[in-house]
Amino acid sequence: MKIAYYPGCTLKTKARNLETSALACLDILGVEYEELPRWNCCGAVFSLADDDLIHMIAPVRDLIRVKEQGQDTVLALCSMCYNTLARANDLMKNNEEKRDTINRFMDEEPDYFGDVRVVHFLDYIRDDIGWDKVKEKVSNPLNGVKVAPYYGCTLLRPGEVAIDRPDKPGVFEECMNALGAEIIRFPMSAQCCGTYQVLGNPEAALKVSFDIIKDASSHGAEAMVLTCPLCDYNLGRRQDEMIEKYEGAAEFPLFYFTQLMALALGASPDVCHFELNRDITMEFLKNKNLMAKVPA
Amino acid sequence: MPVNISKSGSDEKLRQRVKDISGQNFQKCFQCGTCSGSCPMTEHLNVFPRRVMALLQLGDRAALEEANTPWICASCHVCMVRCPRGIDIPKVMEAVRQLKLRQNINRIEPSQMDKKEIEKLPQIAMVSGFRKLTS
Repeated sequence: MKIAYYPGCTLKTKARNLETSALACLDILGVEYEELPRWNCCGAVFSLADDDLIHMIAPVRDLIRVKEQGQDTVLALCSMCYNTLARANDLMKNNEEKRDTINRFMDEEPDYFGDVRVVHFLDYIRDDIGWDKVKEKVSNPLNGVKVAPYYGCTLLRPGEVAIDRPDKPGVFEECMNALGAEIIRFPMSAQCCGTYQVLGNPEAALKVSFDIIKDASSHGAEAMVLTCPLCDYNLGRRQDEMIEKYEGAAEFPLFYFTQLMALALGASPDVCHFELNRDITMEFLKNKNLMAKVPA
Repeated sequence: MPVNISKSGSDEKLRQRVKDISGQNFQKCFQCGTCSGSCPMTEHLNVFPRRVMALLQLGDRAALEEANTPWICASCHVCMVRCPRGIDIPKVMEAVRQLKLRQNINRIEPSQMDKKEIEKLPQIAMVSGFRKLTS
């Protein structure tokens, strides 16, 4: 059965490199998917105020769209979208009082009971496709690439929507391992990059992001993979500021994990849109001979 | 920093509002400091999360208003995952932010943002930032 695909706003613009590379991977792995028609922004963050239900409407509408097109699973690529959709779904499933209020408020929509399964790309591949299938499809293994998987917050916390054990996750490592990469584990792999504080406290966000890069690099990583466009911004696009401000800061290659996955699975580099990454990522791929092996 | 622990200095309304908005009972906090030790932002805080919980228990509104803690909190949920008392601390921080935001007091002013910065920022940064820091 086809699954529904929820892109979210950033994947259609600033993070096209995440979307197009991930969809190429799904094609190669034989996953049938269909982008949700009429999807709307999920709100990016799950509302933490107990008396605020209006911000649940956006993600719940998206979940209703999934059912409307006859599907029972929705896949997200952006970790923030995943978290927001999964938590809203959880609320609709488990909190009868709030569910009734939301359903009554949206009287133009069919009632919703939290019965869609919300997955992220990583746990979907692990649970429904399997790493063995991924290994079978690898034609351009990432041999000799020392890569640090960075989870960030929203894939692992809070526990009820975590795609793996929040205190000791392994799914990201399993994925990169299946692609042939050498995994570098580092203590700050699930520490926050500062997320939206890039607006409120850009200096604080820059410092925590720099600490994360430094930690990965000092543990021997040559590159980092991640899955959230906001982490990518804080850890990647702000590297110029880090270099200017902190002693010892240097360019560090950062990828959406699906970009390296697409290369390993033999997809054309065109789908990876490396032009949206920092220049150093391209140099890194050439040095590692990862571009050369891809058939033209 | 001196702390007022007199009964008359305790702002009951503040304590009740934060309980209502957060749905959390911060009275359960026994001041172990796991949240402060886990918070990735501690070096930028003038009041650590453990102390925010204490200020709420005491109903010390004046001291709470001086704290930058809820405005630097990135809702990363590490404190919540580790809290031995099961308190959803990010929800408590959200409630303290809401006390201001619901009076139409913005923490950041979108109209003052640098245009070049806006062009560079991913959409989720703007949406989440405005959700958390503006009314």
